[in-house]
Amino acid sequence: MFTEMFVIFQRQMRILLRNPVWVFFGLTQPILYLALFGPLLKNVSGGGLGGDSAWRVFVPGLLLQLAIFGAGFAGFGVIQELREGVIDRQRVTPARRVSLIFGRTLSNMVTIGVQAIVLVLVALPFGLSASWSGIASSVVLICLLALGISAASYAMGLILKDEDGFAPFIQGVSLPLLLLSGVLLPMSLAPAWLRHASQVNPLTYVVDATRALFRGDFGNHDVWIGALVTVALGALLAWWGTRTFQRQSA
Amino acid sequence: MTETDMITARSLSRSFKTKSGPVEAVRGIDLDVRPGEIVGLLGPNGAGKTTTLRMLTTLLMPSSGTATVAGHDLVREPRDVRRRIGYVSQVGAPPSAGTIVGEELVTQARLQGLSKADATTRLSEVAPRLSLGGLERRALLELSGGQRRRFDIALGLMHSPQLVFLDEPTTGLDPQSRANLWDHIRSLRDDSGVTILLTTHYLDEADALADRVLVMDDGKIVADDTPDALKARISGDVITLAFGVAGELARAESVARTAVPVREVVVTDSALLVTVDEGAVAVAPILRALDFAGLSPSSITVNRPTLDDVFLTLTGRSLREGAEGDSAA
Repeated sequence: MFTEMFVIFQRQMRILLRNPVWVFFGLTQPILYLALFGPLLKNVSGGGLGGDSAWRVFVPGLLLQLAIFGAGFAGFGVIQELREGVIDRQRVTPARRVSLIFGRTLSNMVTIGVQAIVLVLVALPFGLSASWSGIASSVVLICLLALGISAASYAMGLILKDEDGFAPFIQGVSLPLLLLSGVLLPMSLAPAWLRHASQVNPLTYVVDATRALFRGDFGNHDVWIGALVTVALGALLAWWGTRTFQRQSA
Repeated sequence: MTETDMITARSLSRSFKTKSGPVEAVRGIDLDVRPGEIVGLLGPNGAGKTTTLRMLTTLLMPSSGTATVAGHDLVREPRDVRRRIGYVSQVGAPPSAGTIVGEELVTQARLQGLSKADATTRLSEVAPRLSLGGLERRALLELSGGQRRRFDIALGLMHSPQLVFLDEPTTGLDPQSRANLWDHIRSLRDDSGVTILLTTHYLDEADALADRVLVMDDGKIVADDTPDALKARISGDVITLAFGVAGELARAESVARTAVPVREVVVTDSALLVTVDEGAVAVAPILRALDFAGLSPSSITVNRPTLDDVFLTLTGRSLREGAEGDSAA
């Protein structure tokens, strides 16, 4: 099973590395936010913002954005593979369906992990100062989340089968979830109704946890809740994605 | 049904739910394919050929019915079936940038369970056999249409399967590439004893490749015979004798009727159409008799019925009309 998974992982990574423009493309959006929006936060007071600490609040949000868009858009790839006949020809092999999907999600996870590290490094000269172990733990959490999201995105791609259905779906789901998690500005600045709405969004807890980790506040209960939510959400999405992948290839 | 059959299907059916209600794509077909046979599934788009193939290759669950493929039950032992079959799908969308011929073939072989070393060895055997030798490092995007199709077939052969399914193997190729691909497909059976089930909506393809043709229409198999037997069963051969002088036609008709056993004679303005069982056998006696009677036709042609005629007789529809219908599910 691990051989099969590795064979798929290798194939996806090879194709990706031959088109590195996509890796950079995925990074441009968060870096633009970093350069063109981040500096505004220095002069905002309240919500833990203001001064250099603004970066510790802002960069964790960008990491989440990277995972949501990077892994969320994975389904576009599977739609193309479906059309090329790659999915069918892999399904006709005795390889386990779990390997076919996890080899792919693994490649998304590694890509997002690398992008996350690059993003943090780019943020340093802007004035990010954060706990190193906190950053490392945050990247791990983001990777776990990316694993689940990409599995679910592949499943949705297989269900919807074409970009015309998939693009509005993924935009319609990802943007509200992202804004409601307080990625741009912390939810402590929000009016009560918005704060309540954000509390039912699991991603809110992921952002809260990574922000606490960036502060180096490991004992904060946000960290434990966020880690639990991330693991549970990642596992749930990965399970659903695998099950759907299996059913679609009955 | 025998123990050694490569494919045995009984009452295999598949229906799809659509917005306008359920559609029965395949309506309870029986199918037997013996080892070493090349069997063609012929029919217009939407006849259920691809759905049948997708069921037999484990890509689609049958709604009902049973099938044994390469010795294993389709529904209960799909992995055992997959290990033993090769599947070449209809021509797909252009490949992704960054995919390389050799790598893709090795990846496919490894998913089939070959070790890295075995997969590489197998690549060096399969590539030259499909005239892909030297193209291993080529990007898929740079392949010609014929090369791409041969690459697709190579994908299905990496694990040396006993049974290969080809879904419209030559659709979209130029005549030369088609003839070339036919040679490759024939040699699979002739040199390696591979059993082949292929779908096509080309009459000449079924005629050229298949030992046996199953004609499909509207989810059912409407005929199952050799191409020659199908043709003989349906209409016989037509000998067309043209005469420059109209008055000779009536005399020629009675001469022809006495010369050979005819099925049917049609007299047109300028020609006599004589339908017989075997055109090649009947043409000489007819000519001799005409000559003896002092009649000489200005031209003679012998036409064997095409599979299009067969399809028309079997289903009441021309194959071409049907092809304009909805696409295969």
